[in-house]
Amino acid sequence: MAEISLRAVKKSYVMLQVIHGVTVDIADGEFIVIVGPSGCGKSTLLRMIAGLETITEGEVTIAGRVVNNVEPKDRNIAMVFQNYALYPHMSVYENMSYGLRIRRMPKAEIDERVQRAAKILELGPFLDRKPRALSGGQRQRVAMGRAIVREPAAFLFDEPLSNLDAKLRVQMRLEIQKLHRELKTTSIFVTHDQVEAMTLADRMIVMNLGVAEQIGRPIDVYDDPASLFVAGFIGSPAMNFLPGKRVGERIDVGSGISIEIPAGLRAGAKDAVTVGVRPEHLVAGESEGPVFRFTVDTIEALGADSLLHGRIGEGMLIARVDGHMTPAPGDAMVFSTRRGKLYFFDTASGKRLRP
Amino acid sequence: MVENRPWLDFFAHAILILGVILVAFPLYVTFVASTLTYEEIVNVPMPLIPGDQLIENYTQVLTSGSQKGSAAPVGTMLYNSLVMALGVAIGKIAISILSAFAIVYFRFPLRNFFFWMIFVTLMLPIEVRIIPTFKVAADLHLLDSYAGLILPVIASATATFLFRQFFLTIPDELAEAARMDGAGPLRFFWDVVLPLSKTSMAALFVILFIVGWNEYLWPLLITSQESMYTVVIGIKRMIAGGDASNEWNLIMATAMLALLPPALVVIFMQKWFVKGLVETEK
Repeated sequence: MAEISLRAVKKSYVMLQVIHGVTVDIADGEFIVIVGPSGCGKSTLLRMIAGLETITEGEVTIAGRVVNNVEPKDRNIAMVFQNYALYPHMSVYENMSYGLRIRRMPKAEIDERVQRAAKILELGPFLDRKPRALSGGQRQRVAMGRAIVREPAAFLFDEPLSNLDAKLRVQMRLEIQKLHRELKTTSIFVTHDQVEAMTLADRMIVMNLGVAEQIGRPIDVYDDPASLFVAGFIGSPAMNFLPGKRVGERIDVGSGISIEIPAGLRAGAKDAVTVGVRPEHLVAGESEGPVFRFTVDTIEALGADSLLHGRIGEGMLIARVDGHMTPAPGDAMVFSTRRGKLYFFDTASGKRLRP
Repeated sequence: MVENRPWLDFFAHAILILGVILVAFPLYVTFVASTLTYEEIVNVPMPLIPGDQLIENYTQVLTSGSQKGSAAPVGTMLYNSLVMALGVAIGKIAISILSAFAIVYFRFPLRNFFFWMIFVTLMLPIEVRIIPTFKVAADLHLLDSYAGLILPVIASATATFLFRQFFLTIPDELAEAARMDGAGPLRFFWDVVLPLSKTSMAALFVILFIVGWNEYLWPLLITSQESMYTVVIGIKRMIAGGDASNEWNLIMATAMLALLPPALVVIFMQKWFVKGLVETEK
């Protein structure tokens, strides 16, 4: 068990900088999820912590020790790869015990640790099998078992669920959650799936273009996104954005709708402001907040709820409504939202407007 | 095809059987000739039914060789061929798997340059460099020795290239997982790369053994004593001159013996050979 710190960590390839200084302190036993679209540098960041990529600038410490120039095997961490990376010619038992055998651990202790891990992961009946005789979910469990038996200071997960089908992914997600509750080992988990990030993380790091846009508890990131990118990335369906122009104390978002700027934000608001509202915060009918009128273009009926797509000014608007409310395309709808559920962003910088 | 047309089956089998006869007939003639006496062979037409000299002929070539051409016993020659073929096959595999490992898994300056250097030598046939190679071998006093038979032909660009291609198909994550597990490069090579290459190695062994066994030009140059002849050279040396003066029955017996080891290697390693060419277990 250990705390991990990143101090202004940067990564550059010859001409190209891909990580622009990430600083974060990860507490002992914390489950951190690094989430972002592909190419945002999240895997690179994880591989730098693992020691598979060199650190161009900045410092990574594990349990208080600077590990910039420490070999991966001496960092006391274990990693789970997206494609499992099991040794195909070794049995499950040999796969799990390989790291321990290299460390010349006594046979009895190796056996004890493997058996214990196999029990936790329900791999007992498969210990003699080769990886190719296992299903995707079982292989992923073996990969986790290989990490567990090492009893490392931290687990690093590199998109471990991406190769699984949708149903298995949900199941493995829950298992990882359970595993972390039992072992309480510091974990860093990389994913591009915001649902995994929301459900697994104690805290999440939302990355975009090599920058950590926001670091915080999932619910805080959801409630209080720091930028247009974070607001659009976390939450499904994504937050609606209505780009508008500032006219005095109001913002004109087109289609004859103008929204009052909250008093505290007026000083910071420039000419171009984007208003954001989550689909689930739009309620049918008029109430005390701003009112959105639009014509329904498309309906996605999901059963429990339906998503209504419409157009306001230059922006698309999606509203989440009860699944039994089924307007037809072309119907005019009226929605309103409470004032506190509106988000204001500076269109040019993408930053949230703060009082 | 789920068709049931008897005449088609018959036709297909007839073609196949004809093909087998066409390929096998010369071999059969060789075998028959090796069981006859000298007088029976030079008779026209030569009989096509095996004679009664099988044991005599084979015993004579194995122990004392032909009396008219080269007189070295074929037993020694077979042993020489075996040493050379095994040495070349095993040596080539060992050297090329290590160089391929270095080229794929280590980042060193001019890595690509060295790979292409190796690759370019593929385009130079052995005949082009045979004179300088002979000169070097002679200066190193390798003439008429097993080292001389094996060492100069032991580097193989083809095998290096094939191993490199195979290593490139092993996912990078496997190397990274081994690194996280604490395995150094040689440990990774020994524990992961080598077991995964088993089938490729077997397939290459079959090919290289046969190439080594059939090598003609190099042993011809490097050996001058009969005790160092390989069997392929031996057959040539037995053919002394005009038709009549050759003991064709003994030459044919030698040819049959020379044919045996490569055939055995192919037969016994067939399964591995095919596996090595098609296997995709990664």
